[in-house]
Amino acid sequence: MNGNPKNATAQAARTRFKGSFIAEGTILVVFLVLFVASAIFVRGFFTPHNLSNLVRQASINGVIALGMTFVIVSAGIDLSVGSSVGFAGMLAALMMTRFGMGIFPAVLIGLIGGTLVGLVNGIVVFDGKVPPFIATLGSMTVVRGVIMLISGARMVSGLPRSFTNFAQLTVLGVPSLVLVWFSAAIVAGFIMRKTVFGRNIYAMGSNPEAARLSGINLRLNYYGIYAFSALMSSIAGIMLTMRLANALPTAGNGYELDAIAACVIGGASLNGAEGTIVGTVIGAMLMATLRNSGTLLGIDPFVLQILIGALIVVAVLIDQVQKHKQ
Amino acid sequence: MEHVDIVKMTGISKAFPGVKALNRVNLTVKKGEVHGLVGENGAGKSTLIKILMGAYQKDEGQIFVDGQEVEITGPSVAKQLGLGAVYQEITLAPHLSVGENFFLGKLPTKNGLVDWATVNSVARETLEQLDLDIDPRLRLKDLTVAQQEMVAIAKMVHERAKLVVFDEPTALLTTEETDQLFEIIRRLKEDGVAVIYISHRLEEIFRICDTVTVLKDGEWVGTLPVSEVDEDRLISMMVGRTLEDIYSIKRHKGQNVVLEVRGLTKEPRFRDISFELHQGEILGMFGLVGSGRTDVVRAIFGATKPDAGEITINGKRHNPESPQDGINMGIGFLPEDRKLQGLALKLSVQDNINLVVYPQIAKLGIIDGDEKKNRALRYIDELRIRTPSMVQRVDRLSGGNQQKVVVSKWLNAESEIFIFDEPTTGVDVGAKMEIYKIFEALTARGASIILISSYLPEVLGLADRILVMHEGNLAGIVGNDATEEEIMRLASGLDRKGTKEERV
Repeated sequence: MNGNPKNATAQAARTRFKGSFIAEGTILVVFLVLFVASAIFVRGFFTPHNLSNLVRQASINGVIALGMTFVIVSAGIDLSVGSSVGFAGMLAALMMTRFGMGIFPAVLIGLIGGTLVGLVNGIVVFDGKVPPFIATLGSMTVVRGVIMLISGARMVSGLPRSFTNFAQLTVLGVPSLVLVWFSAAIVAGFIMRKTVFGRNIYAMGSNPEAARLSGINLRLNYYGIYAFSALMSSIAGIMLTMRLANALPTAGNGYELDAIAACVIGGASLNGAEGTIVGTVIGAMLMATLRNSGTLLGIDPFVLQILIGALIVVAVLIDQVQKHKQ
Repeated sequence: MEHVDIVKMTGISKAFPGVKALNRVNLTVKKGEVHGLVGENGAGKSTLIKILMGAYQKDEGQIFVDGQEVEITGPSVAKQLGLGAVYQEITLAPHLSVGENFFLGKLPTKNGLVDWATVNSVARETLEQLDLDIDPRLRLKDLTVAQQEMVAIAKMVHERAKLVVFDEPTALLTTEETDQLFEIIRRLKEDGVAVIYISHRLEEIFRICDTVTVLKDGEWVGTLPVSEVDEDRLISMMVGRTLEDIYSIKRHKGQNVVLEVRGLTKEPRFRDISFELHQGEILGMFGLVGSGRTDVVRAIFGATKPDAGEITINGKRHNPESPQDGINMGIGFLPEDRKLQGLALKLSVQDNINLVVYPQIAKLGIIDGDEKKNRALRYIDELRIRTPSMVQRVDRLSGGNQQKVVVSKWLNAESEIFIFDEPTTGVDVGAKMEIYKIFEALTARGASIILISSYLPEVLGLADRILVMHEGNLAGIVGNDATEEEIMRLASGLDRKGTKEERV
């Protein structure tokens, strides 16, 4: 052994740094360039007010994208997140307004209800062997219908002040919603990197059969992955309801696309086993920054949409070119 | 006038960044000749073929087709020149019909619509020419791998290829299918088509080839008529070692029974299988494709559930419900298709080695990072896994090193019984020897091995005893002094004297 392992460890440590730098480095550079350019050239961008607004806008998509990362790394996709957002928010709002529940139990019921959507996704995907795209397309539609039914397709307002005020809170100048996002990101990142569950997700995304033959319980892990995704979007749903001070039956419509975009821009591969939480957070920030400075510059929102669409494709292209070089 | 040398490649060199893949290699293939191309992985066989097929460009050298010097600048040029190849992975469209695949990209039309009648009749005619009974209306993916290969060949016949390259064509075929393939190759030969045949299975080279060219480390070693070489000579040309060296491993078979199987049954795959495995023993398992070998070991491991039977490991009853149960009893399973079942290719060496033990080295679900590193380093060191670092993705490693990673995974899980299912398919002689060294090291530690292999010399050379299966039945257990013929008889359902067994 004579000192050889030490060498290898040092080398391994270096390679790990290099590896994550390649994975997330490019997108970080793109983000920083865009951010600095916006700070210099866009009037009103680099002000405390605007910056706190920017991260607040990024936070809801950011939280959803955390759960989406789990699903995408497992080589799946979750189209039902937007409906979970709406369902959790609506459920909590109805509990407070119609049943007079306290904030805490109402939010808890919202989160449980939303998470159940994910559990069902996991069951349909694993036990029913339905492709994730189809399974979650189905639950997305079903759950949206349920939201319409329970709300009578009407907005629910009259939420308690102490509930809606949470969205306006700041801690040391940091908006509360952003704190929620970052705390969730730290937890999610920790799970992916350091826990058995996290490593299982990568293994399953790379090769489910190899994972099974290595003694990994695929059923529990698939349930966990989709439930986690739904839990994240349910949290996002509560955050959205706080921010809007109302529960809209259409809340969360189309959010799945932004979340997928954040993951993909952040380096996640729809083929599975590739993607990190850090990448996804940067991806979400990048999209929000582009939207924010575009709006400040008075760029036509439709043009902005074209730019964001192009960004998604370019991000994947860069990734492909880099892989090809290796 | 047609030239007798269909293809002549002279002084071909090709360098990739950092590697000289080919150095002044020659290859001449005559009309109606089956020309074997052999060499270890990395010898330059596929680079040479890719240059011929226009996938790579040569740095130096000349290529003549029918005596004319040509520049093969792309795959379409090769196709126009009448050069075709059948690869191990079929490069046709699996979701389209056989007939459609024949006309891929140039479907005949009638009044602007696809002329299906012509498509199917032309395809049928060509298939019949080769004595193939395949309905051209079937979807390609509904055919067996062998049939798909036949379709690929028929397509080249239809395109009037002058030269067809077969790259490891039998890797996925059964014995009968291989016979059928060889029949077709003979037919191509009679029609004056030149054939280049690449295979790791040297016995096939002797069966089908007229001439053989050996490459080693990108260099041309020699071209000889097959009648003038034997297997020993060919191998020593390829690796510079002799045959006896390859299978010489130290034996460590002990007396203790570690695994006892009684009456194991899973209909319709296999029935009433009973055997014992001793400590330090290598038990070979032989049978033709479909004999149920793999199904038996999967049931022992817990990947599938048997209908009946008893499994005892170290005196303890073992009723596996899932792979986890097999793992807990100390079984390590190394499936036939490493890439599909054994490894998580996109993950690091470190992750793969620890995949099974993560729950053990974690507290409250959180993995002990130091332990993970130490374990990975230990096995990289012990098994000499050649990897730049432990965070290297395993898909960047060579076949032999990937196999070592899988072995490490099970050593790490403290396995005592290792089941290897076809561990040496698709690896070259050098990597095979490394794998055999692993067997030796494992048995020296007191581990036992069940070795499934379709390659008889390997089973006879390595195993202490050989269990032979035929159509889901245990045909017999013989010692390693048995002859190839005896084993083949058992595997074909004949008893050792040569009469077909009566089955009620």
